[in-house]
Amino acid sequence: MNALTLWFHKTGSPPTFYRIAGALAPWCFGLGLLLGLAALYGGLLLAPRDYQQGDAYRIIFIHVPCAWMSLFAYFFMAANAFIALVWRIKLSEILAMASAPIGAAFTFITLVTGSLWGKPMWGTWWTWDARLTSELVLLFIYLGILGLYNAIEDRRQAARAAAFLALVGVVNLPIVHFSVNWWNTLHQGQTVRLMGPSKMDGAMLWPLLLMALATHLWFFGSLLARTRVGLLELDGGKEWVRSIALAEGARGNG
Amino acid sequence: MKPGSLPAACAALMRRDLTLVWRRRGDALNPILFALIVVALFPLGVGPEPEQLRRMSAGVIFVAILLAGLLALDTLFRSDYEDGSLEQLVLSRHPLSLLLGCRIAVHWLTTALPLIIVAPLLGELLHLADAVRWVMVCALLLSTPLLSLLGAVCVALTVGMHRSGMLLALLVLPLYVPVLIFGAGACNAAQMGLPYAAPLLWLGAALVMALVVAPLACAAALRISLS
Repeated sequence: MNALTLWFHKTGSPPTFYRIAGALAPWCFGLGLLLGLAALYGGLLLAPRDYQQGDAYRIIFIHVPCAWMSLFAYFFMAANAFIALVWRIKLSEILAMASAPIGAAFTFITLVTGSLWGKPMWGTWWTWDARLTSELVLLFIYLGILGLYNAIEDRRQAARAAAFLALVGVVNLPIVHFSVNWWNTLHQGQTVRLMGPSKMDGAMLWPLLLMALATHLWFFGSLLARTRVGLLELDGGKEWVRSIALAEGARGNG
Repeated sequence: MKPGSLPAACAALMRRDLTLVWRRRGDALNPILFALIVVALFPLGVGPEPEQLRRMSAGVIFVAILLAGLLALDTLFRSDYEDGSLEQLVLSRHPLSLLLGCRIAVHWLTTALPLIIVAPLLGELLHLADAVRWVMVCALLLSTPLLSLLGAVCVALTVGMHRSGMLLALLVLPLYVPVLIFGAGACNAAQMGLPYAAPLLWLGAALVMALVVAPLACAAALRISLS
């Protein structure tokens, strides 16, 4: 076995990953919180007012990063679901299922902040625009995956079934992403671009990108914390969980 | 056909499924009755003005047929799972996806096709415009197989569960949304005198793709939930 495969198997084994995740998660949370606060300061106080929307536009500093995360979390979940189904890696099953509730939460925040902004700007809480509808469908797919995962008794079989559903639901991702180009409805088009110049002033752009970074960090922190719990639950009868539980108990008593 | 060959197996499976439906032909009427009642509820709910009903008729009929199909999905594997013949199907040496494709085809023939036949009648109940009637039948002919194929994948995932009805709806309905949008979209375009070919072509393209992919996905899902 070469070094890379060995490293891969070692990192993927539950006790090792439990330890690594435990070390990384506080850093992700801490850095995410710090960067998020800095981005909020930049977005809410430093960035200039919009000439048309006034201060109401500032909700994008929450809305847009969360919307990106709702897609990123799904992509992450689907990639892990694929790995879990093809190579039967236990850790990937848990990672995929741990990202589902976080993605659902980001999707929910996106929809709520969007409708908060929509009320003063569009004059309505909700409209059946292509982007909004496909994002709502994304939320339903997340909830379906969670429902299926919780409905099956056997945890590993539940994870595989839910992972399969996650792969089926991938068809919705391009629809969400391209909906503003394919259907020319109310939601505005793409402003920030990965390739080429963005149609946004630098003073507004940097808090947005910083917030995106912060939400990614928070996602991974939350993911690692959830994965640790998932690993403990799944390996409940194993020796390494027993030793951790004994150590925790000794610390609690002492 | 040589006994034991693949075409013989498919034919035997289809003959068995059709016989089973025929023995309980009363049950086959249930989706029609359900759609009829749902459609009849709308004039009571929103008021009997013909103009208003005409505007929403195609969409209402689509939703009613979609829900009837959703309720009928449960029967796709239920009895076979309970008497163990589904496991025999999975263990057979023939490709499972093809056998499931036959099963889905029979299911479509016995649950969705009767609904399509009564759809013009449902249209009359809601004062559907004459110009829309045949567009609606075309859209239904393209979209109901798609619904059956998508639904079969989700049913296969929930096959071993008790009381899977609500969960199945939660899994299936998000996937049905695009089909509904294009199907009802074609009808609405025809109602307004706009060209309606594009949504029908989209449905056709999706159907061709689902015909290829969905039986494979259904087989994979079934193997997961029976493992």
